[in-house]
Amino acid sequence: MIKVSLHKSLMGSEGHLDLDVAFEMPLRAIWAIMGPSGSGKTSILKMLAGLMKPDDGHIEVNSQCWFDNEQRIWKKPQQRSIGFVFQDYALFPNMTVRQNLAYALPSSTQESLIDEVMALMHMEMLQSQKPHKLSGGQQQRVALARAIVRQPKLLLLDEPFAALDRNMREKLQQDLLNLHQRFDTTILLVSHDAMEVVRLADKVLELEQGKITKMAKPIALLPEIHQGLFEGEVVEINIAQQYFVLLDKRVSALLRFTLPQHIQLRKRDKVQVEGEQIRVQSND
Amino acid sequence: MATLLQPFVLSLQLAFVTTSLLFILAIPLVYAIYFHTGPAKPLLKAIVSMPLVLPPTVLGYYLLIFLRPDGWLGSLSQQLFDIRLVFSFPGLVIGSLIFSLPFMVNPILSAIENLPLSYKEAAYTLGKSRWNTLWHVLLPNVKSSVVVGLVMTFAHTIGEFGVILMIGGNIPGETRVASIAIYNEVEMLNFDNANLYAGILLAFSFVVLLIVYMYQNRRSQGVI
Repeated sequence: MIKVSLHKSLMGSEGHLDLDVAFEMPLRAIWAIMGPSGSGKTSILKMLAGLMKPDDGHIEVNSQCWFDNEQRIWKKPQQRSIGFVFQDYALFPNMTVRQNLAYALPSSTQESLIDEVMALMHMEMLQSQKPHKLSGGQQQRVALARAIVRQPKLLLLDEPFAALDRNMREKLQQDLLNLHQRFDTTILLVSHDAMEVVRLADKVLELEQGKITKMAKPIALLPEIHQGLFEGEVVEINIAQQYFVLLDKRVSALLRFTLPQHIQLRKRDKVQVEGEQIRVQSND
Repeated sequence: MATLLQPFVLSLQLAFVTTSLLFILAIPLVYAIYFHTGPAKPLLKAIVSMPLVLPPTVLGYYLLIFLRPDGWLGSLSQQLFDIRLVFSFPGLVIGSLIFSLPFMVNPILSAIENLPLSYKEAAYTLGKSRWNTLWHVLLPNVKSSVVVGLVMTFAHTIGEFGVILMIGGNIPGETRVASIAIYNEVEMLNFDNANLYAGILLAFSFVVLLIVYMYQNRRSQGVI
């Protein structure tokens, strides 16, 4: 379990903001934070990473205390098991793709992990390239790979796919799900894209003026007219993580649902989901 | 001819020693200033940049006070190493180190400060220490500013006059560097020699600046 309680007075471009949030997140979950600009989303990630010190509060990850104001516990970013993917990717221009990953690799980890991650993310061809020669999508892939080779307990992503086109975004979302499955990491991502959150996250925190105003299943983000009833084709089944992905063309969205116990789903099945109920319409 | 060129040899020796030592000293100084988060940061920057605005005679005067045999640094050097610091080459090196300090530190520091903050933060989240971040991420990404710092320090040391005159005097083969030699020749009304020395320094300064700007131009066009 990840227990977070944070308070900080922030001074942003839109004036003073009192950030005050608390949540408990299960390990291996994918959660998203949404909210308008300046509501404190990035600050939460930075405080979890140890890049910004909260004024008060407590951070505990898997029974390990990273921050406690009362007990004066403060772990530096270097002492926390985190991966951070920055909005601007922050790839080091002096290093090739492989060197960026090798730099991130802990000394106790075998270098073969770099090859595994590169294969998993289809980026073997890029390894001797310098970051400035790569496209936005490729740079994002490298940033994600670099964060994951540390096999962090908590992976923090700050609007990771914001600058990419829809096609590339969907590929990278799939890459992220693959990495999540392989490394069992807990993921907290900041996003502005409701479809992305619906596809990736188990739960979404809506933030306004530094306060959590809503904690809900991402489906609640979709337009009200589509709530309660979704239909489309099964495009992905993940037995290990117990979910399937449905392509609902009416809302142009890839939606993630928990696998039903009583129905054997297959790829390309046409299904209808209404609340907790799942009906297979046809499977030809 | 050898005697005629001696001031230049001495200037080059001084510039080489000063530049090498300053490169070694500048890195920890850049580290101390860049990573300092307290209120003393402007103070540290002001101290390093003082020689840029201070009249060389003022700096030379205080150095003379500290380096003379009864000054605290002078007497320490005399006791520990039996080395006299005023009117000697080691004294010139100390003076040059202080006088040229901003020319080495400032280009590197301002280039690092202009890098995206996320480079530093990314290195931290990858478990790297401050030193590791500086050495493997920040400095390699401001290589051109390091080169500019080295060249400017070398050139500035060659052209030093006021501080050297105050603490080194005008001893042939010991402290009479090129810029002092011009002053000396003019005083003795040897305008031919003064002309030669001044011409060489003028050409040197121009070539150094030309090299620096050509290098920066090539880097900005992505050639280097």
